[in-house]
Amino acid sequence: MVSRRSAWIVASLLSLLAGAVGTFATARAEVIRSVRIAPPDRVEIRLSEPLPQAALRPANFRISDAGAPDIPLAVKAVESPSPDRVVLTMGEKVSSTSVYRLDVLEPRESHTARPSPWGLLLTVVVSAALINNFVFTRYLGLCIFFGVSKKRDAALGMGLTFTFVMLTTGMFSWAIYSLVLKPLQLRFLQVLVFIGVVACLVQFLDTFLRKTQRELHKKFGIYLVLITTNCIILAVPLLNAASDATPLEAFGLAMGSGLGFALALFLMSCARERMELARVPESFQGLPIAFALAGLFALAFMGFSGLTFTR
Amino acid sequence: MPMVLLEGQKPGAWQLLKNGIFSENPVFRLALSLCPAVAVTTTVANGWILGVAVLLVQVLSSGTVALTRQWILPQVRIPVYTIIIAVWVSAIDMTLAAFAPALYAQVGLYVKLIVAFAIIISRLEVFASRYPLVPSLWDATGMGLGFLLALLTIGAMREVLGNGSLAGIRLLPGKPLLFFALPAGGFFSIALLMALFNKLERMAATRHGRPAAPRAAAGGSHG
Repeated sequence: MVSRRSAWIVASLLSLLAGAVGTFATARAEVIRSVRIAPPDRVEIRLSEPLPQAALRPANFRISDAGAPDIPLAVKAVESPSPDRVVLTMGEKVSSTSVYRLDVLEPRESHTARPSPWGLLLTVVVSAALINNFVFTRYLGLCIFFGVSKKRDAALGMGLTFTFVMLTTGMFSWAIYSLVLKPLQLRFLQVLVFIGVVACLVQFLDTFLRKTQRELHKKFGIYLVLITTNCIILAVPLLNAASDATPLEAFGLAMGSGLGFALALFLMSCARERMELARVPESFQGLPIAFALAGLFALAFMGFSGLTFTR
Repeated sequence: MPMVLLEGQKPGAWQLLKNGIFSENPVFRLALSLCPAVAVTTTVANGWILGVAVLLVQVLSSGTVALTRQWILPQVRIPVYTIIIAVWVSAIDMTLAAFAPALYAQVGLYVKLIVAFAIIISRLEVFASRYPLVPSLWDATGMGLGFLLALLTIGAMREVLGNGSLAGIRLLPGKPLLFFALPAGGFFSIALLMALFNKLERMAATRHGRPAAPRAAAGGSHG
């Protein structure tokens, strides 16, 4: 019976998720079928019937950020490469992760362009994992990073455990922050509450794993103990709180940061295993050379900052 | 932890201060709390504000623990320490946000993360929970000053090399080495300074004719 009940729980969770995704779907208007933001400065409109030539002028289209609907963004040029498509060239940059509102005078219609949830999720994950990698550009979790990156197996285990714990604590703290602390004006308690949430959840996970998944606990339990008060775990809820993240963004940030940390640990452990064979000047042995190595990785990761995935 | 923790011997104030600043410097010698040491030290001013915040949190929580240690049950001491630190961090965080908003905007996240700094809780565990109020305060001041000085050193090095200025005052003409202001430069600066510390220590040790003491920064332990 357990399996049927769990299947029911999974089904209801899925339907909840579907409902949440459904709210992202846009309402269909008559002539405008869809609006897509094409960074850096283009907006593509799909039409169900061609617009008259007179309507193809910049003044006919008004685009504004949904957060500031009073301030229109400048439309520089309008072209229609095919009857069912209109491309607007904007005077300023548009981002594929923000919500925009399009008002057309003729025919009088409006449309809201939202980022697709999967696109948004991918953006946040990639941004947190590569562009703003926790270790190499935000310098968080360095203590664990230098401590555990000596052996490849340990690094992988630690990375996976971190990702999992980050996801759980990140989502849990997000829920507490936005459902309890924010409505009650208790934001000043966030540090205290988040660290409590992290400590309790890690303890709970430890007990839960020990009682139910003995093998898994034998493998990863040792890393769980190290996690409790670690700055990288605490940083995820704090960053989410600071940016007033939506649940999807919170999920993406936790996921991306965890994966980014795992990647950093793995890369570093590979490099350090090879460094064991290298001849290092006496003064640089141990941590100094590890820092220099991390500096080289950080230089390499700067290459990712060219990606246009900025949040 | 060598030196000060010989039970029954009352360590003096000067000895405790020196211990925190030199022999057990949190950043260069114990290799604790490295994250902020790289993260906020692009300028001296940033290093200064975080260093002061850590100093205050360390002194206040060490004082609190030293005063309340007879009531803290040993089984739950770690959670209690964490809560004490979190309370003081929240207080300092709000104070900084109110009185130094411009600097706070740059280091705010790291100020909140002081709660997870290994150096603070390790001083509570190692020192403040075993000694009375006055030595605990001196120990906390020494550790805080050691941390502050380390941040200022790294900050000064990176600002001079990466910006050509010190504490906002232009020093060097021409183009600075932008590299040192970038994230990667932070790692390299610490690597260079740590190697320098190692070198100096070995020179001092050979002059005095005794072997260099083993230490976290050379062995690569973590905390």
